[in-house]
Amino acid sequence: MRLRGEMSQELLQTPLSGLWAEMGARMVEFAGYNMPVQFKDGVIKEHIWTRENAGLFDVSHMGPSNYELLDKSNLTPDEAHIKIAKVLEPILPCDIQGLKRGQIRYTTLLNDDGGIIDDLMVARPVSDFDQGGLYIVVNAGGKNDDWRIFDEIGAGIAKTIRLDENALVALQGPKAKEAIKIIAPEAANLGFMNFDKFTTKWGEVTISRSGYTGEDGFEILLGKDFCLEAINELLANEDVKAIGLGARDSLRLEAGLCLYGHDLDNSISPIEADLKWTIQKCRRERADFKASERILAELANGPSRKRVGIEFLDKAPAREGVEIQDQDGNKIGIITSGGFGPSLGGPLAMAYVDSKFAEIGTPVNLMVRGVARPAKICGMPFVPHNYYRP
Amino acid sequence: MSVKFTKDHEWIKTDGETAKVGITQYAADQLGDVVYVEVPEAGKTIAKGDAIAVVESVKAASDVYAPIDCEVVEGNAELSGAPETVNSSAEADGWFAIVKVSNPSQLDELMDEAAYKAYLESL
Repeated sequence: MRLRGEMSQELLQTPLSGLWAEMGARMVEFAGYNMPVQFKDGVIKEHIWTRENAGLFDVSHMGPSNYELLDKSNLTPDEAHIKIAKVLEPILPCDIQGLKRGQIRYTTLLNDDGGIIDDLMVARPVSDFDQGGLYIVVNAGGKNDDWRIFDEIGAGIAKTIRLDENALVALQGPKAKEAIKIIAPEAANLGFMNFDKFTTKWGEVTISRSGYTGEDGFEILLGKDFCLEAINELLANEDVKAIGLGARDSLRLEAGLCLYGHDLDNSISPIEADLKWTIQKCRRERADFKASERILAELANGPSRKRVGIEFLDKAPAREGVEIQDQDGNKIGIITSGGFGPSLGGPLAMAYVDSKFAEIGTPVNLMVRGVARPAKICGMPFVPHNYYRP
Repeated sequence: MSVKFTKDHEWIKTDGETAKVGITQYAADQLGDVVYVEVPEAGKTIAKGDAIAVVESVKAASDVYAPIDCEVVEGNAELSGAPETVNSSAEADGWFAIVKVSNPSQLDELMDEAAYKAYLESL
């Protein structure tokens, strides 16, 4: 069998890469960074630990940033927010103007055809002082392109301040709300999809109540100079374990969350991706975003293909790229993420299928190494979300 | 009985005319948690270097290559209910297939245990 080769090329390091390597993690290249794919426990145990306790993930390869007005001197704080929201709303089809202070929204960055350039989080700061700025976190793979697009559309009005030299970590799982108190006790009171900045003994720390596992949890932006100390304090807590990218992938797949470059790409619209909930009613009514014609038509008439879950009637996993056929052997779709769900206890997959076959319960065949494996279309998530709902 | 190894981390243990084929503990450790194994059906003839089995970890599927030309006598049916055996006992209970060796001279081209150990250290 062919094993993944050892790394040799020059990789970018996160402020925490060295710590993970010292802890004995298996390190791999991911989006150009030297990242831990798994620790000594292995993917299954790490996955289950996160669902039952608290997992700590290094996501410093991603792109946290502030997007700020160049000049807000003559504007009230609320006017400044409306002004910066209007800069990005043409390319981000979510209600940015209507964000409450501290609120985060998940959205997509659209190209001229309504395809998805990236998926991202956009948030409105809390303080008066910070109005006229947005906290935006984009994916690692396309961060430079995304920021260039933001700077182009905001030329002369707003600019990106990248924060990706710092440590961005995710603390996820039912015990995260206790463990976060090690960093900032008040952060435990954040609402789901809210964020704020907290003054800590490690300087100012930005914490959001969000994540990519389906569990309650936080994403924490720590200054690069103090992050090691803070991370070591978190890891000293018996409920917290470091978790690799392998379990991050199986956790997000069970939660039915998309991975850019696999479940989302430049040709797929938010409606095809079953992300219509990310386009608020006011944006649909105003139809003031890129390719709104395509997107509103798909909303009205249904898209031609749709992202669905796959329920396996068989034990064999089916991976990305596996063809999906109807009962007559016609190709009706393709798997975009497939693997094994440790909490589910079996294989699972996300796929795009012709909308005629997208109804839950539709029987399909997965063509795995030439053998038709029976499966059914299902809803997602595969494992119920456990978000913080006070 | 003798055990030989390939550079792709398969082992083959011959016992008279038949042999057992599996992957080494090193390969199993590198792979991580095995969640599914596809073993070959009896009667299938497989050329050296072609896939004789598929092992799937949480993250990926990997082919296991036939170390020599062979005909399958039996696939390890136990693995379908207990794929984790590949992790816990890669070089004993975690075998994939019993095969009939078509051309015994091909075995001479493989590494013995000492050579495989030296090979691992060179990686």
